[in-house]
Amino acid sequence: MPAEPHSRRPAVGEGPMMRLALIGLAILFLAAFLALPLVAVFSQALAKGVGAFLKGLADPDALSAVRLTLTVAAIAVPLNLVFGVAASWAIAKFNFRGKSLLLALIDLPFSVSPVISGLVYVLLFGLHGSFGPWLRDHGVQIIFAVPGVVMATVFVTFPFVARELIPLMQEQGVEDEEAAIVLGASGWQTFRLVTLPNIRWGLLYGVLLCNARAMGEFGAVSVVSGHIRGKTNTMPLHVEILYNEYNFVAAFAVASLLALLALVTLAAKAALEWRFADQIAAAKR
Amino acid sequence: MTAAASTTATKPARRGWAFLAPTILPGFGTAFGFTLAYLCLIVLIPLGHMALRAADVGWDRFWAITLAPRVLHAFFVSFGCALAAALINAVFGLVVAWVLVRYRFPGRRLIDAMVDLPFALPTSVAGIALTAIYAPNGWIGALAKAAGFKIAFTPLGIVIALVFVGMPFIVRTVEPVLQDLDAEVEEAAASLGATRWQTFTKVLLPTILPALITGVALAFARGVGEYGSVIFIAGNIPAVSEIVPLLIVARLEQYDYAGATVIATAMMGVSFLMLLGINFLQRWTRSRHAR
Repeated sequence: MPAEPHSRRPAVGEGPMMRLALIGLAILFLAAFLALPLVAVFSQALAKGVGAFLKGLADPDALSAVRLTLTVAAIAVPLNLVFGVAASWAIAKFNFRGKSLLLALIDLPFSVSPVISGLVYVLLFGLHGSFGPWLRDHGVQIIFAVPGVVMATVFVTFPFVARELIPLMQEQGVEDEEAAIVLGASGWQTFRLVTLPNIRWGLLYGVLLCNARAMGEFGAVSVVSGHIRGKTNTMPLHVEILYNEYNFVAAFAVASLLALLALVTLAAKAALEWRFADQIAAAKR
Repeated sequence: MTAAASTTATKPARRGWAFLAPTILPGFGTAFGFTLAYLCLIVLIPLGHMALRAADVGWDRFWAITLAPRVLHAFFVSFGCALAAALINAVFGLVVAWVLVRYRFPGRRLIDAMVDLPFALPTSVAGIALTAIYAPNGWIGALAKAAGFKIAFTPLGIVIALVFVGMPFIVRTVEPVLQDLDAEVEEAAASLGATRWQTFTKVLLPTILPALITGVALAFARGVGEYGSVIFIAGNIPAVSEIVPLLIVARLEQYDYAGATVIATAMMGVSFLMLLGINFLQRWTRSRHAR
């Protein structure tokens, strides 16, 4: 660790004044950009008292938004979890041609604007989309309905688990698995008894980040949902609707739930990094 | 995005072209097949389909839509604000990363954990919170109003939102490089008579720079496409504070699929070029630091 010697040898570190100034600058910057928005969310939510806050949360439309958000995450996260495990098994445990291309393609959703992530499905399944007329004739609705919301969420959270697992499994190598196979374990036994215990904390870490994004996604979902209150409104969308209706207390009340989710995610993430640093991938992001 | 180390100990037994290096581990076919199928279904086919729909529009209309003054201005706002925010973050993000890596002070762990808040906080929540702060009646907005200028509902508001969104990219990209810095190099520079500032600009900064550029590129790419945190604070005034993603949504709401598709594809094209640039930069970073 370079920190210790530096504090004792001022020749290579900064002077105490400079040190204080830099720490102050960093804290000031983070206070303005991180702490202030959080404080704003909670103070605006409670601006008219606890009663108004609770009334905003107990609204049937708000409750249905909470339900939809949980449902969508409950579908999207497991799908991307299975994909993440399969992708990292193929990429980390085997050598094949075109691996770096596959890695780049898995990262693709990170570099696509959320709005475009929704648009691609509208162009496929929307009323004027390529499959739109066929879907309408068969009575299936995807866009402006829950399936579209799920698809858009799966798209934007696509790389999270894979991105966490691939570097971790690459670091761990293949010796353990090879030993298990040589000793007569089946493929499934090897995965369940050898690989899974090695990657469980990294897996949890990836799921945590995937879930936070799944519950919080706004742009992609906004394009496909149609904003039907009580039906296709997720929590982030409900925040927008309430805000645009100048119902600020209710908007910030729902927003405070999402902010709480973000804080819990950060706390769990920090706990994992602190406790199991060696068992999650070196690349934090 | 770490270096992919070769993982199998076994070497190809025979020479010549083989898709898969020999291995005794099972399950490659299933895992690889599923990965490829899922990737195609969720990502590649929908994106490719969008590109085909854009191609259907034809070159003339493609350029007519893209080069319309309102669209061009939105591109200018999106890319300009994203670049400005990324550069602001380059300075402050470097300071934050430096302070977190080099100094020990009370609350450091808390601050370290909080740096990822923009990744975890839903963008619409960030959007309304920042608007509440920087609107003319907000905490900081009121100060700005007294000083005679506006932050929210101007491009300045967009920059603020993008600084929030992009900050962790810089800090998290620079942090590992700062951690790996060799103290001996700094000691050598100091013992040869360099001032601290000279050591920083001549010795440290060139080492940090590749990672810093990568972080800036990542934050820039994210900022260009950002929607949720921007639309509340931007005010969305055409030709002043209208961003490209909002324009796409507006076209969709008017059922102008062709317009939305063309603008989206043009933006994807630029994003793709940036991705290539990032990859190039990362490779360059890696080769410079290969030990």
